[in-house]
Amino acid sequence: MSAPHIPILRQGRVYKSLDVQTVPKLGTDEAAAEISFACADMIKYDLYKMDSARAALKKFSCQDLVDITKRAGEIFLNDDLPVGTEGALQSPEDYVLSLASTSGLPHALIRMNMKRLGGIFADIDVIFRGLTRGLDWAVLDKGYGEQGGAPVSFSATTSELAVILPSNSPAVNALWIPSIAMKVPVLLKPGREEPWTPWRIIQAFIKAGAPPEAFSLYPTQHDGSGAIIRRAGRVMLFGDDSTVKQYENDERIEVHGTGYSKFLIGEDEIENWEKYIDAIVESVSANSGRSCICTSTIVVPKYGDEIARAVAQRLAEIKPLAQDDPNAKLSGFANPMFAEWINEAVEKGLKAGGAVDVTAEFREGERFQQRDGMNYLQPTLIRVDSFDQELAIREFLFPFASVVECPQSEMLGKIGFSLVATAATRDIDWINQLFDCPDIDRLNIGNVPTNRIKWDQPHEGNLFEFLYTRRSFQFAEIA
Amino acid sequence: MTADEAKAQLDERVREMMTWHFSDETGCPFWLDWKKSVGWDPREEVKTYDDIVKFPHFQDEWLRDEKNERFVPNAYKGRPFNVFETGGTTGLPKQRVGWEDYKHDYEQFSHQLSDEFFPKGGNWIMVGPTGPRRLRLAVEHLANFRGGSCYHVDLDPRWVKKLIGRKEMDQVERYQAHVMEQSVEIIKHRDISCIFTTPKLLASIGERISISGHGIKGCFCGGTSMTPEYVRFLQEEVLEGKAQFVPTYGNTLMGLAVSIPEELKDNNYSVTYYAPQPRAVLRIVDPEKTEITKEYGEYGRVELTTLSHEFFMPRFLERDEAIRRKPHAKYAWDGVGDVRPFGALTGKVIEGVY
Repeated sequence: MSAPHIPILRQGRVYKSLDVQTVPKLGTDEAAAEISFACADMIKYDLYKMDSARAALKKFSCQDLVDITKRAGEIFLNDDLPVGTEGALQSPEDYVLSLASTSGLPHALIRMNMKRLGGIFADIDVIFRGLTRGLDWAVLDKGYGEQGGAPVSFSATTSELAVILPSNSPAVNALWIPSIAMKVPVLLKPGREEPWTPWRIIQAFIKAGAPPEAFSLYPTQHDGSGAIIRRAGRVMLFGDDSTVKQYENDERIEVHGTGYSKFLIGEDEIENWEKYIDAIVESVSANSGRSCICTSTIVVPKYGDEIARAVAQRLAEIKPLAQDDPNAKLSGFANPMFAEWINEAVEKGLKAGGAVDVTAEFREGERFQQRDGMNYLQPTLIRVDSFDQELAIREFLFPFASVVECPQSEMLGKIGFSLVATAATRDIDWINQLFDCPDIDRLNIGNVPTNRIKWDQPHEGNLFEFLYTRRSFQFAEIA
Repeated sequence: MTADEAKAQLDERVREMMTWHFSDETGCPFWLDWKKSVGWDPREEVKTYDDIVKFPHFQDEWLRDEKNERFVPNAYKGRPFNVFETGGTTGLPKQRVGWEDYKHDYEQFSHQLSDEFFPKGGNWIMVGPTGPRRLRLAVEHLANFRGGSCYHVDLDPRWVKKLIGRKEMDQVERYQAHVMEQSVEIIKHRDISCIFTTPKLLASIGERISISGHGIKGCFCGGTSMTPEYVRFLQEEVLEGKAQFVPTYGNTLMGLAVSIPEELKDNNYSVTYYAPQPRAVLRIVDPEKTEITKEYGEYGRVELTTLSHEFFMPRFLERDEAIRRKPHAKYAWDGVGDVRPFGALTGKVIEGVY
């Protein structure tokens, strides 16, 4: 298949820009896609017209949109779907190959992410119900109704959910999929190397019967992203701690930042530490360690050295393989410089003292590797002597974690913000303290890898509460 | 006019300007002193435009560091001059003195405008930098020359640049909104058929009102570079394909290079500008060896030579790059196409949102 032209979608209408950029297949000069870029002012103009996109969705009942979403999931996973502007079709396998060629992700990881996305589509009813705490969807169709015997009414806070998507993680598209069933159109800004997933999801929705007006896709430069962030009614974006800080007081913006997710073992379970190694390894390495829900710090009351060695030995088995190797779990870097910068940051931390790269003993070769024209970082487990060591609480775009020893009584005071915390314990007192800990966003008790999350519960905010606000209302006889 | 005739006209202009600017009776102290310091006489050695490379590049710092009086030609001695400023966000700005040049330049430009879209007798509005800028007088003169009056809404680009430098984008938007409120009020309540503004401000006005719906038929636009996609957006969406969009390229030091608006769509909105020869000449040069002119179709740095009686400025390197384009039936000399900030693909340039 020749390189498709990914156009701008303006409420579903295809628009080919004169500003076209080519995305090459990684490690080659061959074009993987041509992409139409939108100018910032065009996006500003279109944002004024998003009411009509919402009106198109409001013609459907929530139940209809839930059914459409479920059908779209099947289509996303199985059907040939249009790609580009020339009438070409993309099979699921074509999608895997296209995404692999620009993102560096192994085929196996892409298939895993497809499956995860398929799960979001399929479970949309459960997710919708979970996020609305069992709301009768007819309330949204009618505008008012009852929930648990109390009168309720909800109004949308926005005519669009804008999402600034990253290039390195197709699974994040899961965050906006439920918006369609909630009758809020989406305005997506894809990452430069990853137009494939949002495009394919949109095509699946349209084929399943969703109104095309509900989908806007704007590949754009930095100023275009800025316009979206400043102007859209509700915005999701992904960034580091400084981005989170920048928008922390803006209710329109939900920043998905670093997760600093942690795996804790309680004093009551520490003698059984070997039983948790599988879960820890999965938590650190799933999705090539690129998710905010991947564990980056393992906190234990004792046996730190033994646990570090056991995890390191397993992580070292994950090696850079050919992208189409079914066993490939490690992703290359689309931006080759990232691998070098990250490696330098790890080395700097090690030189600071109080930290040992335990994986160095088990892995083949250096951490930094090159293969098939791409840069890789091999999984790395660091044993640190305290939380004060600069690598103790760090998150990188590859399988990376530290192991730190800390008495259970001090853990909750030291772990800091944790998007996900898994606590292996049966200690009721400590479990109660964990539930009360304001630094933990998602809490797992027991042997649950941090990367296994349920989408019917809030993830860095509740999507429904982001898109809707509850209003008071009364009915009376007309005088 | 053929290309040969245009070249002959330009060469004749060069000889005339060498005589004017390097004769004691008519030249200015700056260039007369320069002639003494270099030990050669341009009147003898610069006989055609090709000889202009014998001059070094004009440095715009001279317009800040030298007193303005040193640029007053002796032929104009005793006549008060206009002071026009260019560029700069801090410190003493660069200044150019002038008398009638802006009138000549904009009267010449007026002849290029379509009476259908820029009706004679129609009123204008200028939304953009006024203050000490040549543009403020020039646009008003253009309106008057065509039989109309001109309304003005000011915008201070130096303040905008400072805000952008500090990444205070919210403040930029608020300031822009302040300018827009004033503009929209005037457009709504006065009979206006023509507008001059910058690309971003035009888009910003169009966010608030239908520009063509309020009677504006023609838009003369300049001040920052525009990609073909942005030109298309302005013509097709902001002006709704109803008012004519006339992109121009120019500054205080040159005058106005014009485009051919009727051909924008056929050229996929790639804009080619033609300098007001022989009063000013644009050349696309190799950035590393600026004496070499780039081939047609190649990008290079824009070099400007201004050849008026009031102001001589040889080989000034603009902060832009562009494609060298072939002469057009309407303008028998080289054009410069798809202008963008010099180094746009290699570094960050604050070009302004105004």
